[in-house]
Amino acid sequence: MLSKRIIPCLDVRNGKLTKGVKFKGNVDIGDPVETAKKYYEEGADEIVFYDITASAEARGIFLDVVEKVASQIFIPFSVGGGINTVKDMRDVLLAGAEKVSVNSGAVKNPDIISEGATQFGSQCVVLGMDVKRVEKSEKIPSGFEIVIHGGRKYMGIDALEWAKTGEALGAGEICLNSIDADGTKDGYDLELTRLVSEAVHIPVIASGGAGHPSHMVDAVSKGKASAALIASIVHYGEWDIPAIKKYMTNKGVVTRNIW
Amino acid sequence: MLAIFEYNAGNQTSVKRALDHLGIPNEITNAPEKLDKAEGIIFPGVGAAGQAMDELQSGGLDEILKGLIWQEKPLLGICVGCQILLDYSEENNTKALGVIHGECRLFNPSWVDYENTPIRVPHMGWNTVDLKQECALFAGIEPEADFYFVHSYFPAPCEEHVIATTRYGRDFCSVHGREGLWAVQFHPEKSGRPGLKLLQNFYHHCQEASHAE
Repeated sequence: MLSKRIIPCLDVRNGKLTKGVKFKGNVDIGDPVETAKKYYEEGADEIVFYDITASAEARGIFLDVVEKVASQIFIPFSVGGGINTVKDMRDVLLAGAEKVSVNSGAVKNPDIISEGATQFGSQCVVLGMDVKRVEKSEKIPSGFEIVIHGGRKYMGIDALEWAKTGEALGAGEICLNSIDADGTKDGYDLELTRLVSEAVHIPVIASGGAGHPSHMVDAVSKGKASAALIASIVHYGEWDIPAIKKYMTNKGVVTRNIW
Repeated sequence: MLAIFEYNAGNQTSVKRALDHLGIPNEITNAPEKLDKAEGIIFPGVGAAGQAMDELQSGGLDEILKGLIWQEKPLLGICVGCQILLDYSEENNTKALGVIHGECRLFNPSWVDYENTPIRVPHMGWNTVDLKQECALFAGIEPEADFYFVHSYFPAPCEEHVIATTRYGRDFCSVHGREGLWAVQFHPEKSGRPGLKLLQNFYHHCQEASHAE
């Protein structure tokens, strides 16, 4: 049976693992390669790396991290952040990532999804969506709007429509991030997760709000997601991946055991 | 030495990294003399069957590969490399290598999974394999071990070549072939410890086969 996936997300800035803290900006919390290796050994089903540096010089450092990771972990991993062109996609895939996540780059230029899918295959292309709750309107009938720049810029696109468009253009998977839930640790936005999961036929990864393994159980059951993205809950050691999976298994969720 | 058959397959470097990690000598190549010297061949592949066949045929690499198989050089096909060993793939309506009888079909999104909901296509993630025949590749691997899959088309070889099946909407063939000519739909190079063990088992088989000669 196909397992539900647990996917730690690592934000990388200037080659360091970093985490956004309210009112403080970002603080470095470790080495991304060592952390990825630890999660791999503990049973993470996949890993997501997000490059949060903007500068061109830091991009080289980031790609070095990706290459190091690729030679040390033997599970799939994806890379996102700053992917605006097919060349950006190729660079991270050549560095050893299996998948590449396009987010605001795809909102600005949707063709990048189809071009990436044609050149590298749909299985490589993850559509990352940042979503905020808004009032329902003619333009945003679902009440979920696509945003970019960490939620500062509203794009006037309905999240459900965008998910379907992304699927039609050839995305192989959707990583669905609720900006409202992100950082709250109160659980994923289950309504959003279910709506998007039901609107498309490709797998959906729930993201934003994980604070307890019960949230991941909800995301894959009530939310109908195929996978759940996690960050702080494991980065700060409140839970480790085996304990999370044990919890989920006890609740009847099929997860992968490591042997 | 294992040769990773070079034809622009996207996962060739991932396979190389996994073999390097295991300390298995390997080279990405399609030079006939090197392939000839290799103890075994890994035939990787991601992307579409049609493209993969085009790449193979453009340099006459399909004939080189078939030649190696007729010589009974041990071979392990992975993902698209597993699919195009068959006669035909529905993907891009592709006539494939025809080394193993059977074809490759598209998952039907109206099939339902264990939760009674329609399956998502691609089949992406970790799933188990149920061995139907004894297979040296799986020596020492726990029967419950999961492997990483990502594909929209699945192999449907003739019955006698079905080595293992996997459940996704229905049982499909996830490992096919015969002794020394194996094809796996999942990615052993991305399947954690069980996947690495499978690659190691393949190498051991290749070494024994070449010593036996």
